[in-house]
Amino acid sequence: MQKRVFQLLVDNTSGVLSRISGLFSRRGYNIESITAGVTVDPRFTRVTIVTCGDDEILEQIEKQVGKLIDVRNIKELRPEESVYRELALIKVKADPQQRQSIIAVADIFRAKIIDVSKDSLIIELTGNQAKIEAFMNLLDGYEILESARTGIAGLGRGMENVIHLESDMEEQSHFPS
Amino acid sequence: MIGADAIIKCLEEEGVKYVFGYPGVAICPFYNSILQSEIQTILIRTEQNAAHAASGMARLTGRPGVCAVTSGPGATNVITGIATAFADSIPLVCITGQVHTDLLGSDSFQEADITGAVESFVKYSYLVKNVADIPRIFREAFHIANTGRRGPVLIDIPINIQNAPISKFQYPAEVNMRTYKPTVKGHAVQIKKVIRELERAKRPIICVGGGVLLSEARDDLREFVEKYRIPVVSTMMGISVMPTEHPLYFGMVGNHGKACANRAMNESDLLIMAGARVADRAVSQPDLITRDKVLVHIDVDPAEIGKNAGPTIPLVGDVKHIFQDFAREEFNCEHEEWLQTLEEYRRTLVVMRSPNPAYVDPAAFITRLSEKMDPDGVYVADVGQNQIWSCSYHIVKEGRFLTSGGMGTMGYSIPAAMGAKLADKRRQVIAVCGDGSFQMSMMELATMRQYDIPVKIIVLKNGYLGMVREYQHYTYKDHYSVVDLSGSPMLDKIAAAYDMRYQLLENMGRVEEVLDTFLGDDKSVLLECLVDPMDLVK
Repeated sequence: MQKRVFQLLVDNTSGVLSRISGLFSRRGYNIESITAGVTVDPRFTRVTIVTCGDDEILEQIEKQVGKLIDVRNIKELRPEESVYRELALIKVKADPQQRQSIIAVADIFRAKIIDVSKDSLIIELTGNQAKIEAFMNLLDGYEILESARTGIAGLGRGMENVIHLESDMEEQSHFPS
Repeated sequence: MIGADAIIKCLEEEGVKYVFGYPGVAICPFYNSILQSEIQTILIRTEQNAAHAASGMARLTGRPGVCAVTSGPGATNVITGIATAFADSIPLVCITGQVHTDLLGSDSFQEADITGAVESFVKYSYLVKNVADIPRIFREAFHIANTGRRGPVLIDIPINIQNAPISKFQYPAEVNMRTYKPTVKGHAVQIKKVIRELERAKRPIICVGGGVLLSEARDDLREFVEKYRIPVVSTMMGISVMPTEHPLYFGMVGNHGKACANRAMNESDLLIMAGARVADRAVSQPDLITRDKVLVHIDVDPAEIGKNAGPTIPLVGDVKHIFQDFAREEFNCEHEEWLQTLEEYRRTLVVMRSPNPAYVDPAAFITRLSEKMDPDGVYVADVGQNQIWSCSYHIVKEGRFLTSGGMGTMGYSIPAAMGAKLADKRRQVIAVCGDGSFQMSMMELATMRQYDIPVKIIVLKNGYLGMVREYQHYTYKDHYSVVDLSGSPMLDKIAAAYDMRYQLLENMGRVEEVLDTFLGDDKSVLLECLVDPMDLVK
């Protein structure tokens, strides 16, 4: 089993996310996280899916998702050629004595304190999944009351593989090599 | 002009001749507008059969079949028909009425989220929210249904959209879809690789599937295999690509296939799957077949390649284009010895049946029937033991063999045969079913009567759900559960009720005379054949 990140460019039509997630559930593929948001061109939505499986499953995922009529493009975001980011909101129990030490840890991770109440803090942290997990581990000694994570969004580095939204589709046909 | 008029115009633009369906309030604007058109409507007796009839028509015409049903239960009833078409990649455009857009999502009367419900059985679906989108959506729907890997497309149209005025109607000349461009032409490098393997192979074989018929590549394929003398086997959906008695054809593969076909496939050193899925019924152990041979997989759907078996040479594209490209290559190959071996298998690996003379022997009967059928006749097999006997013993000449292969939907044969008959009234169309599957579509005798659709029907009656009984015979040692059909109606009376001619064949004694009468004219006839209840396909 290996983890893989796919980036999709899809038509921004109603029901497109349910078509994608429905495909995963009916074929028994895993979704670790899925994020979606409209692109600069409002006709399209960018979706980032983190999934896992063996090579054959991952190949099938790419082909089956690519086959959906609304999906304009699917590509793997390889870790070495891409950046991934996830945002986490973490509410930690913090009495006035604990506050400073939590803030110190948050500073090291360049996290932001975005809400303070009498007994708790909310921390906002952006980073890749490893960073967020490391941060959560460091907070082990404190009581995490609630947390919310967005799942990752990703983009390939540089100019390569940038899809020009208006360009034609020729480069995308599914030729096997 | 209102939305409903626009829909009809779209259907006319697409050359649609028949719409199969069942009205209800939510689709009434459509059925009102269609009265102004030359498109003929067929009132089917249950919605599932509207999709089956459209499927039968699509398979003969090569154009998407069209059905139109109402919202709620009308739409949910049609799902099995859509799923059946999806499993066999049959192009359909299915129109469903829907409640007023203001009521959508409020659980109103006869509201069903049909686009959601049918999602896993359609190639694509639309919910029309703007009347101006109708021409584009229909143009796209017909295009999607009948290109790439064919399949059903559903268009859900709320009643107020059907009634909304549309200022100008212009049917798009071209489809401009950013996200849908199926690969049709095979990759030149891959094609060269296949040719090189064909030159090298000592024991090549081509396994043809339904994709060959869907891409209308039958003649191209035959020409190619005849030129290079390459033997052919087929999947169930590929039956009628080759005439059964063609010297290069060795029958259907799979767990209900011919021993010589399976042996041929196993012993080959080069296996070319053409428009076939390598599905579980055809190839039970896909990892084994690839072990000692070169596997070439030709399919228009890239997701099928490598799904069940990892091919040595994947070749994405339409079978017709690819065989036309093959035909442009000149090469030498020599495998007379292999053909002789296969000929030997064909002669020796034969199933010996010991039929009970008190009954009709389905094997001998189907063989005799197909010998007497018109050369271009259409044989529609239902699902059950009748289907397996039909696959094994029907002799295809230049006709077609239709059946529900992927989904195995009982009741398919009669409505599909009606669609096929309407597609080409000059052709003889025969539906062969069991007494279980017959009763699943028996209501369509009324449709046949109403519209004078002279399909001939054969019921192989054994008083059981035979295929399940056979399974219970082997798996549960004759511990039969819920397979007894003894409450079935008297078919002579059923035939009389629908004003159909009726014939009975009790055993093989009068088979010639009965078949001559049965096939003698172009009237619908119900022929009941009494089959030994304990007969087995294996």
